Amino acid sequence: MDQLALLVAATLNSGTVLAFAALGLLINERAGVVNLGAEGMMLVAAIAGFATAVHTGNDWLAFGAGAFAGAVLAAAFGVLAIWLNTNQYATGLALSLFGAGFSAFVGIRYTQEKLGEQYSFHVPGLADVAFVGPAFFRQHPMVYLAILLTIAIAWFLYRSRAGLVLRAVGESPESAHALGYPVRTIRLAAVVFGGALCGVAGAYISVVYTHLWVEGMTAGKGWIALALTTFATWRPARILLGAYLFGGVTMLQLQLQGEGVQISSQFLTMLPYLATILVLVLISRNASFIRVNMPASIGKPFFPG
Amino acid sequence: MLKLEVRPEPSRAMSIASPLIALAITVVIGTVLFLLLGKDPLRGLAVFFVEPVKSVYALTELAVKATPLLLIALGLALCFRSNVWNIGAEGQFIFGAIAASGVAMQATATTGGWFFVPVLVAGIAGGMAWAAIVALLRDRFHANEILVSLMLVYVAEQFLNYLVYGPWKDPAGYNFPQTITFLKATQVPKLFAGFRVNVGVVVAFVAVVAFWVVLFRTYAGFQLQVGGLAPAAARYAGFSSRKALWTALLVSGAMAGLAGGLEVAGPLGQLTPHVPAGYGFAAIIVAFVGRLHPIGIVFSAILMSMFYIGGELAQSRLGLPKSLTGVFQGLLLFTLLACDTLIVYRLRWTRSRAPAVVPANGDAPPLGPVVVSTVLPAREGT
Repeated sequence: MDQLALLVAATLNSGTVLAFAALGLLINERAGVVNLGAEGMMLVAAIAGFATAVHTGNDWLAFGAGAFAGAVLAAAFGVLAIWLNTNQYATGLALSLFGAGFSAFVGIRYTQEKLGEQYSFHVPGLADVAFVGPAFFRQHPMVYLAILLTIAIAWFLYRSRAGLVLRAVGESPESAHALGYPVRTIRLAAVVFGGALCGVAGAYISVVYTHLWVEGMTAGKGWIALALTTFATWRPARILLGAYLFGGVTMLQLQLQGEGVQISSQFLTMLPYLATILVLVLISRNASFIRVNMPASIGKPFFPG
Repeated sequence: MLKLEVRPEPSRAMSIASPLIALAITVVIGTVLFLLLGKDPLRGLAVFFVEPVKSVYALTELAVKATPLLLIALGLALCFRSNVWNIGAEGQFIFGAIAASGVAMQATATTGGWFFVPVLVAGIAGGMAWAAIVALLRDRFHANEILVSLMLVYVAEQFLNYLVYGPWKDPAGYNFPQTITFLKATQVPKLFAGFRVNVGVVVAFVAVVAFWVVLFRTYAGFQLQVGGLAPAAARYAGFSSRKALWTALLVSGAMAGLAGGLEVAGPLGQLTPHVPAGYGFAAIIVAFVGRLHPIGIVFSAILMSMFYIGGELAQSRLGLPKSLTGVFQGLLLFTLLACDTLIVYRLRWTRSRAPAVVPANGDAPPLGPVVVSTVLPAREGT
């Protein structure tokens, strides 16, 4: 029972990384932009956040630094892909490759550093309840923030005027433009916001999740987050659910490795990646289902006159 | 204010100048970076652009690094031209290396010098098989090839680790995660005594010619490119998009697998966890910088391997991290994409903001530089 509670807690913890990144990418894609640079932004944000945490000892400043790093890189991507009409896929890929190299370059000084043991967080009153306490109420505040953010984004997209405009820009930029909305500015804003959230996710990995910096430490989480938006058919609540599902797979394989199951650890490490392929296959199998839910102008550039 | 204006037709001159401008900008940024790091920028640039071409030995080492990049990038160029986004060449490279090693380990003391041929064939088959998974899942289930091919890179890496830490570990290897050193018979013949450069270079140049012929002088190559540039036109003409998908992925997988086979049967001589050196990702940059054109790719592969060797030298001579290579590679692709805008658009100075006009469907501007086939693919299955 205690084991299970710990597994649930670890799942929420690891799912939070994916939730932040995928929610950011959701906003991008709802505005019609696919940013394949998620992995690069997360890596740079991971080292930015880690370095900040090492020097200041303040987690929140670290998240801020991560968000800032992600936003800056996303802005560079946005200017190229939205204003200069470069190919979104190639540009995002460039960002991922650059981010991997740049973070390794900057991070080399921090490979020996370690963050002090985190003080644990407890939700007063609930943290000591049997099972439920250790499973749900002893998490880092960011875990709860991710849930709140999901609700906020769902409200923004479906209940606010600004969200409606954002979706319009992603569905039919021509119509939005004809109505007088600044399509490219809105897209850039969405991209920068998405980058900031990817940045928070990256900083969370190095600052909270591992307490250290390793080259290439995101290990494909940015790409899994990209797959999550498709898996969730671009719905915020499903993104959170999917993030926990993948967090669960990651944790389960670590747990199995820890218990010395008679399967080579390498095969267990493959699991999250294989699971990603599997859900992509399952969800994409019905092409028309995907098409109905997908923002109509996703990945298509818009050039007003 | 400065305004982008669609050119009447894409500029040929710009499509050649753009990579050069991008390289110049990258060099400028590199100079600033060296200054910031307190290193002599001239020495820094010399390490990247002079040292790798200074001597015969340096040139042969350049060729050793350029060969896999060239091979993989050729396949990717065909892939990207057909609008198939295989970005998992690294995984296909690894699987090629694994398959080639599997065959190489079967060699015995009496095996003849011809044995490198089946080794390389196995490499090709391994890369093809790994890419075929992507093609199958995209064709049958419409799964996004970008994500699937990338996920398979991680799977291939783990599989490689499993083999070298497990069943294929050299029993006499002091417990290092590596296979036995392959017998001499499996080695790809070297071109000159005393240098590491081998027949792979020749293979690569033959491939350049073959790809040029296929892309620009055959009907099949034409069909692939029409499918990439104008899917609707290709459908109307009756060109099969499924066939294009399979061809693109199998060919690029085969090339990456061949590169992997050449690595283990050439410079490396055994399978280790360090086989994946990022060639599969760097080759994406090589393909774009080379304009997705076989001849252009020769130059960009050489340039990119200068970055590789420069990064290693920067580490040993200047005490800078080797990852500088990745920084420059990423920067180059970034600046290239920005400069490519000028192929299709030109900058014009306008006094006031012109009233924006929504382009009607008929006169919509091209979606991107046609020369590099940056037309965007549909995300879902076709």
